[in-house]
Amino acid sequence: MIARLSIGHRLTVLLAGVAALLSLLSWWMVSELARQAAARSQDNVLAASATTIAETIRSEQGEVRLELPYSALSMLGAISEDRVFYKVVAGERVLTGYEDLPVPTDGPAGARVAFETGQYSGEAIRMASVRRTVLAGAGPVPVVVTVAQTLSGVDAVSGQLSRLAAALSLAFFVVAVGLSVFAARASLRPLNAFAQAVSRRGPTDLRPLRRDAPPELAPLRGALNRLMERLGQSIRRSEDFIAEAAHRVRTPLATVRTQAEIALRSAESEEARQRLRRIIRAVDESSRSAGQLLDHATVAYRAEDLARDRIDLGELVAQAAAALEPTATMKDIAFRIRAMPACVVGDAVLLESALGNVLDNAVKYSPDETNVYITVTAEEGVARITVTDEGPGLGDGPTETLTERFRRGGNIEGVVGSGLGLTIAADVLAAHGGRLDLRNADEGGGACVTLVLPAA
Amino acid sequence: MRDACLAGGLKRGLRRGLTVGLGLCLSVWATLAAALEVEDRRIFPGTTDRTLSIVSTADLEVFEPYILRFQQRRPDLTVDYTVASSVELYRGIRDGAEFDLAISSAMDLQLKLANDGHAQSHRSDRTDALPDWARWRDLIFAFTAEPAVVVLSSRALDGAPPPATRQELITLLRDNPERFRNAIGTYDVRDSGLGFLFATQEARSTDAYWRLSEVMGRLAPELYCCSGQMVDDVISGRLSLAYNVLGSYAADRMAQEGRADIQIVQMQDFANLMLRTAIIPATARETGAARAMLDMLLELGMREADGAWPLPPLSQGTAGFGPIRLGPALMVYLDPLNRRAFLAEWENALEQEAAQAP
Amino acid sequence: MRFLLVEDNGELAEAVSNRLALDGHAVDHAASLAEAEHCLSATSYDLILLDVMLPDGDGRDFLARSRAHLETPVIVLTARARVTDRVGALDQGADDYITKPFDFSELEARVRAVLRRRGGSARNEIALGEALFDPMSGSLRAGDESVTLRNRETRLLEVFARHPGQTFSKGQLLDRLFSFDAEVTENAIEVYVGRLRKRIGPLGLRIETVRGFGYRLETAPE
Repeated sequence: MIARLSIGHRLTVLLAGVAALLSLLSWWMVSELARQAAARSQDNVLAASATTIAETIRSEQGEVRLELPYSALSMLGAISEDRVFYKVVAGERVLTGYEDLPVPTDGPAGARVAFETGQYSGEAIRMASVRRTVLAGAGPVPVVVTVAQTLSGVDAVSGQLSRLAAALSLAFFVVAVGLSVFAARASLRPLNAFAQAVSRRGPTDLRPLRRDAPPELAPLRGALNRLMERLGQSIRRSEDFIAEAAHRVRTPLATVRTQAEIALRSAESEEARQRLRRIIRAVDESSRSAGQLLDHATVAYRAEDLARDRIDLGELVAQAAAALEPTATMKDIAFRIRAMPACVVGDAVLLESALGNVLDNAVKYSPDETNVYITVTAEEGVARITVTDEGPGLGDGPTETLTERFRRGGNIEGVVGSGLGLTIAADVLAAHGGRLDLRNADEGGGACVTLVLPAA
Repeated sequence: MRDACLAGGLKRGLRRGLTVGLGLCLSVWATLAAALEVEDRRIFPGTTDRTLSIVSTADLEVFEPYILRFQQRRPDLTVDYTVASSVELYRGIRDGAEFDLAISSAMDLQLKLANDGHAQSHRSDRTDALPDWARWRDLIFAFTAEPAVVVLSSRALDGAPPPATRQELITLLRDNPERFRNAIGTYDVRDSGLGFLFATQEARSTDAYWRLSEVMGRLAPELYCCSGQMVDDVISGRLSLAYNVLGSYAADRMAQEGRADIQIVQMQDFANLMLRTAIIPATARETGAARAMLDMLLELGMREADGAWPLPPLSQGTAGFGPIRLGPALMVYLDPLNRRAFLAEWENALEQEAAQAP
Repeated sequence: MRFLLVEDNGELAEAVSNRLALDGHAVDHAASLAEAEHCLSATSYDLILLDVMLPDGDGRDFLARSRAHLETPVIVLTARARVTDRVGALDQGADDYITKPFDFSELEARVRAVLRRRGGSARNEIALGEALFDPMSGSLRAGDESVTLRNRETRLLEVFARHPGQTFSKGQLLDRLFSFDAEVTENAIEVYVGRLRKRIGPLGLRIETVRGFGYRLETAPE
């Protein structure tokens, strides 16, 4: 149950619990001290009263005599409205007072005053006894003066102080709870900052955390760093595995292709050559599909947590065009680039891949000796890369479906392709908050593909 | 007003109280007589048998308006009002006589009852409104403040100004023994609880008390149980001076009699201010009614204007020397040793002629 | 030109070597990084074709290691096809990148592109009669006459130029000129041969039709 509470709550509850305990303890201590102080002052007055009475004791004609001084009882009346009892015993004889009043069992000796708490007349009382010896008749007679008082005054004083202490303790508790909340938040702040620092990181950022952290967080930071190191290793291993798998698939394909090409060169009949060409085309298609499937998976993975780099679209276009230029040149296709300054924020690898796929398509479907026009524009917060070719266009079907997975255009017979290229591009743009527009060019009938992105 | 006195009480009882219901009175007389000496008693019937029994030192005619007022509010209750001396009242309650409310002028005895556990505590808005000096422990409550005064016949002054202090009174008595011999009245503190209270408080407060007592003692004073009789005897001319009379009663009587030749003097050097107090005895049964009655008395005690009530309100309590303090110190003079010593000294002072007499 | 091919697949290596030899290049083959080191220390090359997965290590690591002292342009051959791989290879100093299996035409194209970009190597002109032909740039000069051929025309002329007097069938030319991703018929060869004839005619070069067999370049004036 406790384990499911947030650390902040736990800390608050624990601190508040400690505060409650301290409050109770301080309340109890103050109450106890107040009670003791009140009891002691009552004892002092009782002792003074008994002593005052004892001092009037004298021997007259062999008789023990005394007077009850007015002050003896008035001083008791002055401190509280408690009931007062007294008794004077000479030897075995009760001289005056309440005959049945109990006396402290541990009686007074010498100058010592004996105190005891007892019960009389249905109430708790505090008794004080003093002893004085007078010479009367045949010999010395011990006279014990006992003065008793009920405890309601003491109880009232200590009760009042106890209530005051309770109010103060409660106030202390309330303040302490407030401070506990504050303390819990303050002590969790580094943890939150730490968590934010981790969550702000990009998907591929597995560098160890260097951020300063309180010593208590050092183990967590260490554990995280070790985890990231292992994760990095694991990712590298799985990347290596995927690469290895691709390698394992593509290497024999490469061998098949190579062998087919060699065979093609030495083939005599046109029929055999046709067959070999078909084999080569099939190999090309398989390897292309494998590559695009891998790309698609990569896009899906990276799109979940995009890198946020600032990207100059002009540069991006230049790089992508350069990468495709050799293949374009083979068909005497030229890239005509016209770029306005435009920047976006996003994942450079993904955007380059998207643009690469669009350009690859354009080159693939363009006839020889044509141009592919690439323009970069930025207006009203929207950046666009428009790729227009002079090919056959997108056909008459609905253009939206071209970006669906494995769908290919209706008029591209005889072109190797898996149909994933535009899907990858569309996914990348969607992940960046943009879209892929497909339409036929106004003039010349070629395809016009626009990558639309929010400008930075 | 007078403190209850057997003879006066009986006389009045026969004159008025018995007219209400002699038979009823007599039928319960015996049972109560066992508990305490009753001086007067009257039943004020209500609509039910539920009975609020009050024991008080105040005479019937003094307290009757209070009972009637109470019955206006609670017509269902029958009120059984018993008059007794303060000492008798004290003994009766102490020994367990069953009353719902005990009202006495002897503060020391009342306080001792409360202290010794014979009173029930009571708390209400009325008791909370009382000044601190008018209550003790929620057990005992004062509802009147009544000063002790000196009543003087102008004839005895013979044109001299009335004495303002005890010293002047002593001088007056010394200089004119012939006018005052056998013509001074004061409490017999051995019988009167109030007289004892006044005497002990006065002795504690001013040393002039004993000198005055000795001077009075030489003039063969008359000793009374009750201030009422003293005032009556001043009016009748039998006494020239009554010492320590309840002032409100004296004023009441003077007003009744219309006597301009009698002066009421309050001593300027010290004057006792007695608080008439009520307790709800531990034995009380109709405690609800008793509390209601007590609250009504406190309400009247806290009234601002004097009004038509026989007993004065508490408002005098703050004047002059202040009231006798309610507290355990009052029990000092009730201690048998102290009482014996005090009475011995008092007798020495006041009964010189008796002592000298063969 | 002298190329170093680092490739552990012997058949592929042989096929690539043969193909490049058709273009007049000398190709040394190394089957491992160790052999490649050995070759590099013995002589200098105009271009290295480097496989990524080799029995004794990763070609890219080799590239990163040797880039500091190696001026030679490098084209990485790999079966790895992911988007990130190309970026990685280029970052590590490769000039270009081609994924296996590849079209030989594309390989040739990329080789030419890289060499053209580096531009440092000496011209490798072929004398055709009185004309001089630069297959890299597609320029053909004879006296004051000079033409610049388009890419396919250049490739077509190069095939004839590298094998003087040899007759090529339409099918052979088709496979040399076109990649296999487009369905091209032998008619296209007729079109290109026709165009080339018009371009090179003024410079005294002729393409003879060998009836029932194919075409042949004639350098001597009729």
